[in-house]
Amino acid sequence: MALTREQIAQRVAQELKDGYYVNLGIGIPTLVANYVPQDIEVMLQSENGLLGMGQFPTEEEIDADLINAGKQTVTMATGASVFDSAESFAMIRGGHVDLTVLGAFEVDVNGNIASYMIPGKLIKGMGGAMDLVAGADNIIVTMTHASKHGVSKLLNSCSLPLTGKGCIKKVLTDLAFIEIKEGKFHLLERAPGVSVEEIIKLTEGELVVTGDIPEMKF
Amino acid sequence: MAGFDKVVSSYEEAMAGLTDNMTVIAGGFGLCGIPENLISEIKRKGTKGLTLVSNNCGVDDFGLGVLLSDRQIKKIVASYVGENAEFERQMMAGELEVELTPQGTLAEKMRAGGAGIPAFYTATGVGTPVAEGKDERTFNDRQYILEEAITGDFAIVKAWKADRYGNLVFRKTARNFNPMAATAGKITVVEVEEIVEVGELDPDQIHTPGIYVDRLILGTFEKRIEQRTTRPSDKHEAKGE
Repeated sequence: MALTREQIAQRVAQELKDGYYVNLGIGIPTLVANYVPQDIEVMLQSENGLLGMGQFPTEEEIDADLINAGKQTVTMATGASVFDSAESFAMIRGGHVDLTVLGAFEVDVNGNIASYMIPGKLIKGMGGAMDLVAGADNIIVTMTHASKHGVSKLLNSCSLPLTGKGCIKKVLTDLAFIEIKEGKFHLLERAPGVSVEEIIKLTEGELVVTGDIPEMKF
Repeated sequence: MAGFDKVVSSYEEAMAGLTDNMTVIAGGFGLCGIPENLISEIKRKGTKGLTLVSNNCGVDDFGLGVLLSDRQIKKIVASYVGENAEFERQMMAGELEVELTPQGTLAEKMRAGGAGIPAFYTATGVGTPVAEGKDERTFNDRQYILEEAITGDFAIVKAWKADRYGNLVFRKTARNFNPMAATAGKITVVEVEEIVEVGELDPDQIHTPGIYVDRLILGTFEKRIEQRTTRPSDKHEAKGE
């Protein structure tokens, strides 16, 4: 079975380490915050100027001056700090954020990512995504493996305008956990009940399969 | 005005001198920390052909979005413009020029503009449409592109508190682009929720020194919320999305 959005988030959360500063993009990445293991501490960075993002506010706690990068009302965790946008991107561009999780339309075997524009259809802008992929060393892309019509999104070469070039090393889809190196996709794990053959079929770029591929554990 | 006192008493006075085809830098992220009354004053004045530099362009009926209906904006430099139907229509019809700029690069362009740095190299955007036509250079085996600074004829800023000299304090994430915008205007106009007497702000707590501020006005604010997300008060679990 393909993973649900929640399961994707849950699997990403297993990559979190104690003491990590983490930036979570909009959509599935945001859900990762719900699955932080009990025994570790992480601090969430929101690029609009908040380090230490807390949970959503109660109706009484809502504060128009306190939002996250998805423009949702949030709270601050104990030990949080706030700062301006230049400072926020100094953290990001300077490589101080330990893990970035973001979505994508396409990735390819050379670690390129397209996530911000579909010419003629969707032109909303890149927000902070270009800065995040250029500044972070440790990035996990979350996405669906293929379109509803079975068209692969893990390509030989991205067809949409790029958000970043050669910067993606790890991709978690609803079917597989994949590493990108030396111009190829490498299959690390598969979703429970999903066969290696299914994954190969839905991966356009070259996929290296070495030995037995374990199922993801939750 | 006397000495360092920056306080003006009307929005008309606050935006005096803004004329057609000028460049205006605006603070704010989404609808958070936007100079909403200064934007309303630009709408009232009917100034046209403006180039706006702002992270976003508001929504249809609030924030910078209100300047779209009378076609006051010629060009916008922004990182994300997705919340606005009229915006999309004008952009697709070619009536509005849009320069999409990565968010961190936009913040740095303003910061550099205010700090007298004409351009800077960044890895952001290398190999993407953002890099087209820009100088590229390699430092320590990594590619960078040259991005130019931005300054404005006006900067419009929202802060929380100020003293009469224009020393500013921002509140929570309403700070965002406002401090950079404040440095990058030839004329910087700031609206605030509270003006205190000089000496009442702790100098250690001032985010933007008054040297950057030309005009200061006391406003009242709607502070509209774009995405109202809550959790139930009796539980401690965050509710996803």
